[in-house]
Amino acid sequence: MKILQKIGVLLTIVGLVIFTVTPFLGSYQLDEATTIAATKDIHNEAMVEVLRPMFGKLYTSNFAFISSFKDYFNSYNETLKSNQEWDKVIWDDYSFSITKASSIGPVKEHPLIFLSLSIGLTILGGLLYILPLYRGVPDGIKNDGIFFSSMMARGWLGMITGAYLILFYILLYWFPEYLTNLVLMVDPISIFLSGGPASQWFLYGFIYSFAIVVMGLRMFRKYKGNNYQLIRTTSVMFFQLSFAFILPEILVLFNKPWHDFKNIWPLDYSFFYEYRLDGMINSGALGMFMLIFGILLIVIGVPLFTYFYGKRWYCSWVCGCGGLAETLGDPYRQLSDKSVKSWQIERYLIHGVLVFAVVMTGLTITNYFMGFELLGQATDQLHSIYGFAIGSIFAGVVGTGFYPFMGNRVWCRFGCPLAAYLGLVQRFKSRFRITTNGGQCISCGNCSTYCEMGIDVRWYAQRGQNIVRSSCVGCGVCSAVCPRGVLKLENGDEEGRINDMPIIIGNDSVKAKL
Amino acid sequence: MEASNQIVIVGNGISGVTCARHIRKVDSQVKITIVSGETDYFFSRTALMYIYMGHMKYEHTKPYADDFWSKNRIDLKSGWVKQVDFDLKSLSFENGEKLSYDRLILATGSKPNKFGWPGQDLLGVQGLYSMQDLNSMEKRTSAITRAVIVGGGLIGVEMAEMFATRKIPVTFLVRGKCFWDNVLPPEEAQLVARHIKEHHIDLRLSTELSEILDDGNGEVKAVKTSTGEIIPCEFVGLTAGVSPNIDFLKNSGLKTNRGIVVNKKFQTNIPEVYSIGDCVEFTEAPGPDRKNIEQVWYTGRMHGETLAYNLTHDNQVDYKPGIWFNSAKFFDIEYQTYGFLPTSWGEDKWSFYWEDDKGKMAIRLLFDAEDRILATNVFGWRMRHEFFDTAIKEGWKADRLMKQLREASFNPEFYKDYHMEVVNKYNQEKGRDVQLSKKSIFQKIFGYNS
Repeated sequence: MKILQKIGVLLTIVGLVIFTVTPFLGSYQLDEATTIAATKDIHNEAMVEVLRPMFGKLYTSNFAFISSFKDYFNSYNETLKSNQEWDKVIWDDYSFSITKASSIGPVKEHPLIFLSLSIGLTILGGLLYILPLYRGVPDGIKNDGIFFSSMMARGWLGMITGAYLILFYILLYWFPEYLTNLVLMVDPISIFLSGGPASQWFLYGFIYSFAIVVMGLRMFRKYKGNNYQLIRTTSVMFFQLSFAFILPEILVLFNKPWHDFKNIWPLDYSFFYEYRLDGMINSGALGMFMLIFGILLIVIGVPLFTYFYGKRWYCSWVCGCGGLAETLGDPYRQLSDKSVKSWQIERYLIHGVLVFAVVMTGLTITNYFMGFELLGQATDQLHSIYGFAIGSIFAGVVGTGFYPFMGNRVWCRFGCPLAAYLGLVQRFKSRFRITTNGGQCISCGNCSTYCEMGIDVRWYAQRGQNIVRSSCVGCGVCSAVCPRGVLKLENGDEEGRINDMPIIIGNDSVKAKL
Repeated sequence: MEASNQIVIVGNGISGVTCARHIRKVDSQVKITIVSGETDYFFSRTALMYIYMGHMKYEHTKPYADDFWSKNRIDLKSGWVKQVDFDLKSLSFENGEKLSYDRLILATGSKPNKFGWPGQDLLGVQGLYSMQDLNSMEKRTSAITRAVIVGGGLIGVEMAEMFATRKIPVTFLVRGKCFWDNVLPPEEAQLVARHIKEHHIDLRLSTELSEILDDGNGEVKAVKTSTGEIIPCEFVGLTAGVSPNIDFLKNSGLKTNRGIVVNKKFQTNIPEVYSIGDCVEFTEAPGPDRKNIEQVWYTGRMHGETLAYNLTHDNQVDYKPGIWFNSAKFFDIEYQTYGFLPTSWGEDKWSFYWEDDKGKMAIRLLFDAEDRILATNVFGWRMRHEFFDTAIKEGWKADRLMKQLREASFNPEFYKDYHMEVVNKYNQEKGRDVQLSKKSIFQKIFGYNS
C-alpha cells in the first residue's frame, strides 16, 4: 500500500470518528419563539405550555434534552388520553424539529467546518485510497485476498461495519432527534439547493449519493478495462446524483412536491398514497406529468424495457438501491448464499412482498376514489405496517446493514416488489439471457461465488445451459470474472432462449443430455 | 443381474464424477460408489489456484452441494486405494479396509512429472495438482523470499500468478526459447511471455534446472540452473507436465504403459474394468491430431460421458471427440483455441495473424490450401465455441469466415469491436476484398442480428 493510500485510510477513520461524535457535541436550549417556529400553528399554544418548564434551561447533552422533552410531552399526552380527550392529543412527533431548533454550540455555529471534518474527510480519505488502486497494474479484475479479508469475508471488521450501518439506520428511521447535529451540518447545502433547511432524509440522501459516487470511482479502478462495468457504474452514479438527489430538491425550490422521477411503484410504495396523489394533482402541469409518467413507467416502461434488455436496465443501471448495492456493496457481493434453500426462501419472500404491495395499493386507490368511506383507517394501518416492516426494516436496516453479513443485494433479492415484477417479465417475456459458451466451462465457481443475487451460475454454465433467472440483475460480474470466457449477457431471439435440454459441444461419440 | 449391480469408481475428479452422474441419469437402480482419498467431495481442480489467491474458499469450488450425492444415491467413500485384486474384484485401502466391486472404473488422474533432478524430493519441492499439493504449498510458502518455478506450461503460469498475488518474487525457468513454445507458434508465445514479464515475473527462457540444493535440513535452499547460476529460494514448483497416476496398479495384472491402456471404449485388458481421464493411454489416438494421452478437463468430462453411455446402453459406441478445443488464462489474458493449431506448418497450409497495437490481443487463423479454416488461437478476445466448431466442421472458406467474424465474438457488451481492423489487415496482407456491412442503429440498440 502506498503512503498516500495509508494517509487516505487514516483520514477516512478520522472523518468517521468525527461523524460519529458530532451528534453528541454542543448543548441545547429552548425558548418560546423556537417552540412556535418548530411546531404547527394549531399546536403552538399547547406546545408552549407543555414545554414552558424547559425554557431557558441549558442542557449539556442531547440525551438530557430529549429525555426532558419526552417527559413533558408524553405526560401531557398521557393525561389527555386517560381523560379520553382524544381530539386534544398531539399525534405529531416534534422531538426532531424541537431538538434541531434548540441546538447551540459549535456545529450550529460552523456547520460547514463540521461537514468538511466528518463527511468531507471521509470522502477525501476514500479518494486518496481509491484513486491509486491498481495503478500500473495491467487491466483485469483482481479479487486477490478477498477471502482472507476481515472486512470482506465476515471477519471482525465486517461485523463492526455491519453493526455500525444497522445502528445508523435505526437512529435515522426511529430516533432522528439524536442525529440533529448531523442534519444541521448539511443545512447550508439544503438551503442552497431547495431553499429550505435539511431534514434527516436530506442528510441521508447526501450521504447516500456520495457513497455511490466515491465507491463508483472505486468500481472504475477495480473493473478497469471492462467497458460494461464502467458504463453501468457511470449510469447509476448519474441517476443517483441527478434524478434522486438534486432534481427533487430543485422541485422543492419551485414549490413542487419532492419527486424522484426514476423511482417506480411498487418500490416507490407511497406513489398512490393520498398525500402523493393530491400533491401531484395540485401541482399543475408538472404534477400531472409526474403522475402520468409514473403510471406509464409501471404499465409500459417496465415491460417494454425488460422485454428488450432484461431487468438490468433498471436494477443495475438506474435504481438507487441497486446503485448503492453495486458501488458501496460491491466488496461484499461474494457473501450471498447460493444454496437451493435460500433460493426457495427468496421466491416466497419477494413475491409475498409484491402481493402485499399490490393489495395495499389496490385498497388505497379504492379508498381514494370512495372518499375513505369504505375502509377508513384500515389503509393507514396497512401503510404503517408496510412502511415499518418493508420500507424501513427490510429495505433499510436489513437491506444495507446486512451487506457485510449476507451480501449487497439482500433487499433486491428477497424483498423488493419492483424487482419481483421486473423478474416476472424477465423470466417469461424477455430477450435477455446469459449465454454459456459451448463446452468451455471448467466448473471453477468464480461466477457463482461473485454473483450478488446468489444464483448458482455454474450449475447452468457447466451444463451448457443459458441462464434465465428472474432474479438476475445483469450486473455482468459473472461474465467478468470467468477465466475461460464462458458467460455473455445478451439480448437476442426468444426462440431457444430457455434450453432445458442443453447439449455440450465437443463430444461426437454421444450427445450427452444433461 | 446381481453381479453387475455395484459400480466402483476410483477417483472423484471430473471424469469419475461425470461418469457416475451420467450412469445415474439412465439407471436409477445400480449401486454407484466413488472412492477418493483426496477430498470427501468433488471439487474443481482447475480452481485450486483461486483458493490460494483468496478469490474463493474450498467450499466454493465444489460444483454440487454436499447433499447432491445422497439425493442421487451416489455413495462417497473416503480413503486411498493401496491395491486392486482383479481376480477377487476387490479394492484394499491403505487403512486395511476392503471394498468389492462388480465393475470398476479407474479415474485416478495424474501426478506432476519429476525428471530425476538431484534434490527433487527435498521439502519445499512439489508440483500443484491435488488438494494435498495446495495445502503443502500453503504451508511451505507462508514466509519465503523467493519461489522458483520449473517448466513453462499452464500450471507453471498459474503458480506464478498465485505467488504474484502474495507478493512473493518468482523466478520462472523455461526450457524453450519462448514460453510454451511446444504448443504455441512464436508470435503467440511471445505475447504470453511479454505479459508474464509485465507482472514482474523473472522469466528465464532457454534455461533448465540442473539441481536443487539442500540447506542441510532436508529443505530446499536454492536451485542451480543449466547456466550455472545459483538462485536462492525456499520453494521450487515443478510444473513440467503431468503423467498418469498409476503407480499402485503396476504389476497387478492390469495392462499399463505410460498410462492405463484402454481401447476406444475405455476397456482395459481385464473384463469389467474400465479407465477414463488423465490416467488413460489409448492404444490408438482418438483422432487424427490427437494424442494417446489426453489430460485436459474437457476430455476427462467427455471420457466420463462416453463410458457412462456404454455402461447403460446395449449399443456400444467408440470414443469420438469432436473438434479439439481448449482454453486457459495467462494472468489477465484469456486464451481459447479451436481445432488443432500446431506450432508450425508446411506449404499446404497458410495462416493469418493479427495482434492489437498494445500486443495483448491476438487472433491466428489457420487455413488449408483450399482456404478452408482448420484452427484458431485467440488471446484476449472471447470467441463463440459453437461458431468455430461449426466453421471448422463445415470447412468454411477464409473470406466467409473473415466476413462473419463479428458473430463469433463472445466479448461482453460495449467492448471495442476489432472486426474492421482485422479484416482490413487481412485484405491488405492476403490481397482479398472482404467487405463488411455495418450494423444499423436499430440493430445496435435492440440487439437484433437480422
